[in-house]
Amino acid sequence: MLLIRCPFCEMDRPETEFRYGGEALIERPDPARATDAEWTDYLYNRTNPKGRHAERWRHLHGCGRFFNCLRDTVSDRVLATWRPGERSPEEGGA
Amino acid sequence: MTQAFRIGDARSAALRFTFDGKTYEGRAGDTLASALLANGVHLVGRSFKYHRPRGILSAGSEEPNALVTIDRGCGRVTPNLRATQVELYEGLAAHSQNRWPSLVFDLGAAAGLASRLLPAGFYYKTFMWPPAAWRHFYEPLIRRAAGLGQAPRDPDPDFYAQQYAHCDVLVIGAGAAGLAAAVKAGCAGARVMLCDEQNAFGGSLLAEPQARIDDTPATEWAARQIESLRAMPDVRLLPRSTAFGMHAQNFIGIVERVSDHLAEPGNPPRERLWQVRARRIVLATGAHERPLVFPGDDRPGVMLADAARVYAHRHGVLVGRRIVVAAAHDSAYAAALDLQRAGAHIALIADLRDSHEFSMVEEARVAGLNISRAAEIVATSGRRRVASVRLRMRDGTMQTVACDALLMSGGWTPSVHLLSQARGALRFDDALQAFAPGALPPDISCAGACNGSFGLAAAIAEGQAAGRDAATASGFPTSASAAPLVDERPSFVRQQAHTPTSAPHPKAFVDFQNDVTSADIALAVREGFRSVEHIKRYTTTGMATDQGKTSNMNALDIAAREMGRAMSEVGLTTFRQPYTPVTFGALAGPARGDLYEPVRHTPSHEWALRRGAIFEDAGQWKRASAFPRDGEKLEAAVTRECRTVRECVGVFDASTLGKIEVAGPDALEFLDRMYVNDVSKLVIGRCRYALMLGENGFVMDDGIVGRLDAHRFHVTTTSGGLAHVLAHMEDFRQTEFTDLRVWLTDVTEQWATFAVQGPRAREIVAPLIEGVDVSAGEAPHMSLREGQILDAPLRLFRASFTGECGFEINVPSGAGPRIWEALTQRVEAVGGCAYGLEALDVLRAEKGYIIVGQETDGSTTPDDLGYGRMIGRAKPDFIGKRSLTLPHLARPDRPQLVGLLTRDPAAVLEEGSQIVPSPRPAIGAHALGHVTTARRSPTLGRTIALALVENGRARLGDTLYATATTGMLAVEVGAPVFYDPSGSRLDG
Ligand SMILES: [Zn+2]
Repeated sequence: MLLIRCPFCEMDRPETEFRYGGEALIERPDPARATDAEWTDYLYNRTNPKGRHAERWRHLHGCGRFFNCLRDTVSDRVLATWRPGERSPEEGGA
Repeated sequence: MTQAFRIGDARSAALRFTFDGKTYEGRAGDTLASALLANGVHLVGRSFKYHRPRGILSAGSEEPNALVTIDRGCGRVTPNLRATQVELYEGLAAHSQNRWPSLVFDLGAAAGLASRLLPAGFYYKTFMWPPAAWRHFYEPLIRRAAGLGQAPRDPDPDFYAQQYAHCDVLVIGAGAAGLAAAVKAGCAGARVMLCDEQNAFGGSLLAEPQARIDDTPATEWAARQIESLRAMPDVRLLPRSTAFGMHAQNFIGIVERVSDHLAEPGNPPRERLWQVRARRIVLATGAHERPLVFPGDDRPGVMLADAARVYAHRHGVLVGRRIVVAAAHDSAYAAALDLQRAGAHIALIADLRDSHEFSMVEEARVAGLNISRAAEIVATSGRRRVASVRLRMRDGTMQTVACDALLMSGGWTPSVHLLSQARGALRFDDALQAFAPGALPPDISCAGACNGSFGLAAAIAEGQAAGRDAATASGFPTSASAAPLVDERPSFVRQQAHTPTSAPHPKAFVDFQNDVTSADIALAVREGFRSVEHIKRYTTTGMATDQGKTSNMNALDIAAREMGRAMSEVGLTTFRQPYTPVTFGALAGPARGDLYEPVRHTPSHEWALRRGAIFEDAGQWKRASAFPRDGEKLEAAVTRECRTVRECVGVFDASTLGKIEVAGPDALEFLDRMYVNDVSKLVIGRCRYALMLGENGFVMDDGIVGRLDAHRFHVTTTSGGLAHVLAHMEDFRQTEFTDLRVWLTDVTEQWATFAVQGPRAREIVAPLIEGVDVSAGEAPHMSLREGQILDAPLRLFRASFTGECGFEINVPSGAGPRIWEALTQRVEAVGGCAYGLEALDVLRAEKGYIIVGQETDGSTTPDDLGYGRMIGRAKPDFIGKRSLTLPHLARPDRPQLVGLLTRDPAAVLEEGSQIVPSPRPAIGAHALGHVTTARRSPTLGRTIALALVENGRARLGDTLYATATTGMLAVEVGAPVFYDPSGSRLDG
C-alpha cells in the first residue's frame, strides 16, 4: 500500500484514502479548434512510461482535492506530490 | 513403548495427543513433528499427486510434506498445517491428509503406479481432449485422487483481530542477526518491532549448545538479548508472528498466531493481522537447508541434516538410531557429530564431493565415523520408513547400508522471499550456488544468513551494523561498538556446496508437495521450455503452498544442467505472497457476516418490512421489489401495483436517488457545461430531465436538474451513479473550470424522496402540503416548489418516471418515515398502494424511459437513444460535445433505441439476446443489436421490449428476429414508447 503525501492536508496518508485519477498534465484542447486527431489523442492516448509517471490522485476520503503526483512505476515509489497549478518537481517546484 | 526416540532427562511435563485417532505422549515444548518423531512415527502423510508415503523433512516453516489437519471441534478444523510448526498441547487431535481409507493402506497410492500417465504438463496435454471428458471424467477423478486437506464445513466460531502499527525499525527474524539488530536499534532509542515465526526467539541458537559468545554459551547470550529487549519501553516483541507480505514503502503484513498453541484458549483472538509501516526494515530471515535429489529421496525418514540436529538439541528427540548422512555441504559434519554424541549410530557419512578436507572431517575421523567419498545414492528402500540406502561408490561398486534415517545436506539457500517481494535485486553467488541479496531497496537491509553471510560471528556483526544503520537513518544516531567474540564450529565459516549430478530419474523428487521429479523438469526442457517461469508453470514445481522453499534451487539446478547453461543465466522465478499460507480469517478480520459490507436502508424500510415486502440488493441498498398482498406471488403483485398506478395512485420510495446541491454564483454556468441540455434557460422554480456525458461523448448518467433560486440547484443522479458523477463534477470543477465559483455538496443522505404517481396523485398530496398551490395551472409538470408538508420542509418536484401525473416529495430524511406513513395511509384509503422497483421498471418501460446502464452500455450517445433534441447544440461547449462530432459517433448506422413487439404477444424476450435480420442467420453473421429491456405489460396486456438496433429508426414496421433459448422469435420494430405517446397523462 502506497504512502501518499496530500499536498493540501500536508500529511502522509495511506493509499486507501485516495483514488487514482489517471495521467496528469494532459491539457484539454480547445474543443472549437481541435482537429479530430488532436481530440482523440486527448481522449485516448496516454504515455504509460516505465519509470517516472506524472499522475493525478484525489484525496477522496480526506480533503477531497485533486493533486498531482510523480510516481516511479518501476519501484512503485511516490517521488513527489504537488498542487495543481504549482510547478512540478521537474520544473523546479515541490 | 512410548517415546522410544526421546533422549536426555525428562525436562518437561508429559502431554497426550492423538494422531489419526491413536494416542501418543509428547512433552511440553514439542511440536507435533518432534512429538511424532519421539514416538518413532515418520509416516505422516500421502503426497498430492501420487499418494506416496511421506514423512517429516524439516523442522520449520519450509516443510513441504508433513501437512496435517488439526481438529479443535466444531468449526475449528484447520487443514494443511505444517506439523513442524504446530505446538503440542494436552489433548491435541491431528489427522493425516490425502489418504483413503487409511494412511498406511492408501488405495490412491495406485496412482503412483500410473505415474507415467501423469508426466510434467499433464494438465495441459493429456486431458485436454475431448473437452467434455475433462469436465465429466478427468477433473472429478483428479480432484478425488489429489488434493490437500478438506476445508471445514462449519462456520468459523473464532474471531480475528487486525491492528495497524508504526515503528522506526522492524526486524524480521529473531535469530542471532535479528536479535543483534533489534538490540542495537532499541538501545539507540528507536521504536523497534521484532517478529519471528517461531514460538521462541533465538533462531538457530536454540539448537546450538556448543557455540560460545563472549565466553558464555550462545543460548545464554540470546536469552540476555531478549531480556534487554523486554526492558525497553519502545520495543514490541512478536513471537509466533510470520511476516508474509511486503508492500510498497515498507508496508508489511504480519500474522500473529495468538491462541492456537493453547489447550484452553479462553477468549483471545485466534490470530491477529498486523499491518505495519516501518521507516526501516532489517531482514534477518535466515536460510533453508537444501535437500539432495536422488531416487527414493522422498521416503519417510529421509530428512534434512540440520533438522535432525534441531530435533536432538531443542526437543531431545533422535530422528533415528542408525543414521546415514549424505553430505554435499560442510554443515553435514556438525549434524553427524552432534547426533553421534546424542547417542545415535552414524553408519556412514556419504560425502558426495570428491575430496574436500577441513577440520571437521578430521574431527569426524577421530570420532570413529566412517566417511566415503564421491558416492552416489541410487536407491532407498523401506515402506513406512527408510530401511536402507543403496550407494554407487567411487570405485563403481554398489553398497547397501541399513539405516532408519537418512540425512541430506545439500547446502544452504538464503531466505530472500521477503526481499524479492519488496523488489530487492538478487544476484547469483557462485560459492553458495544460490541467489543472495543484490541491490537493496531503499530503507531495507539484510543481515546474516539471508544475506549470504553464514556463521554466528558474521550474523552478529551484520545484525549490529544493520540495527545501527537503521536507527541512525530513522533519527536515532548511534555509534559502532566492538563485536562480541564468537567461538563456533567451522561448518559455516566457509560455505562450500556441491551440485549433485545424478541423472534425471522419475522417482527422484524435487518438489515434494507438488510431486515434481527431476525427470519431469528434464522432460519440460526436452519439450522446448527455456524460461524458468514457463518450466515452473508447466511442471508446477515451486507452485505448492510451501512456495518451493526447499525445491526451487534444486529445480533450477536441474533445468540449468539440462539446458547446458549456468544457473545464474537461467534466473529465478518471482517470489510471491504469502511467505507461508495465511488464513482467510486473519485477512477478513471482523469484516464478515453483518460486518462484511454496510447495508443501506431507505426511510420506508421498517414499513416495508412490516408489509412483508420482497427486497432486492441494489449496490449497498436494500430496495423493495414489490409489496405482495394475501399470499400473492411476485408477478401478481407487480401486475396489481402497475394497474393501481395507471388507474388510481401509487407511492414509491425513491430515496436512493443521488442528490447533489450545486451552489454558487456560477452554478448555472457550471451545470450548463456538465449536462448536454441547455440549462441556462432553466428558470427558478423549474426542473428538467438532463443527460450527462463523459468527455468521450457517451451517456454517463441522467437525472433531474432543478433550479431553487438564482445560485442554487438540486440535482439528482441515478442510484448507482452518485459517486462517479460527483467525482466527475469535482474533477472538472477543481481542475478544468477553475474560473467558476461553484460548490458541490452530496445531500443524498439528507433528503428522503417519495414519488406519488397516478391520476389521483394530486388529491393525495394537496391536503398535506402548505405553501404550494399544487393545481395543474400553478404547479405544472416539471415545476419545482418549496413549502411544507406536515410541518417538514418540502422540495416538491413535479416529475414522473411512470408517465402518470407525478409529485416527487423531498423531505429531510429524519421526517421520512413519518411522511411515508402519512402518504401510504392516504394512498391506501383511496384504493391506491405502495409500489416497488419491479413495477416501476415495467411502468417506465411502457413509456420508453431509459435506465442508464440498461439501455446504455458506455458506448451509447444521446442520439442513439433518440434524445438528440435535448442537446444544446448552440452552447459553445459542454462535456462530451466535441466528441459527438467524431466520425464514429455520427455514423448513420449507429445502434438506435427502438421498441419491439413479439409476434406472439405472450412471448417475453430475453434481455441481452441478439437481434438478427432472418430466422436462420448464417453462423458468424453480424447481429443488428440486442434487447435491453423485456417485460410483461399489464397495461397493454402483452409483452414489450426495448432494444438497441443498428439504424433502428429506419426499420419501423420491419420484422426482425431475436435469439432465444427456445428458438428464434419474430419481432416487429416500433417506436420506443408503448403507452400515451403524447404525454397527455403527465398533468393529470
Ligand atoms: Zn488531503
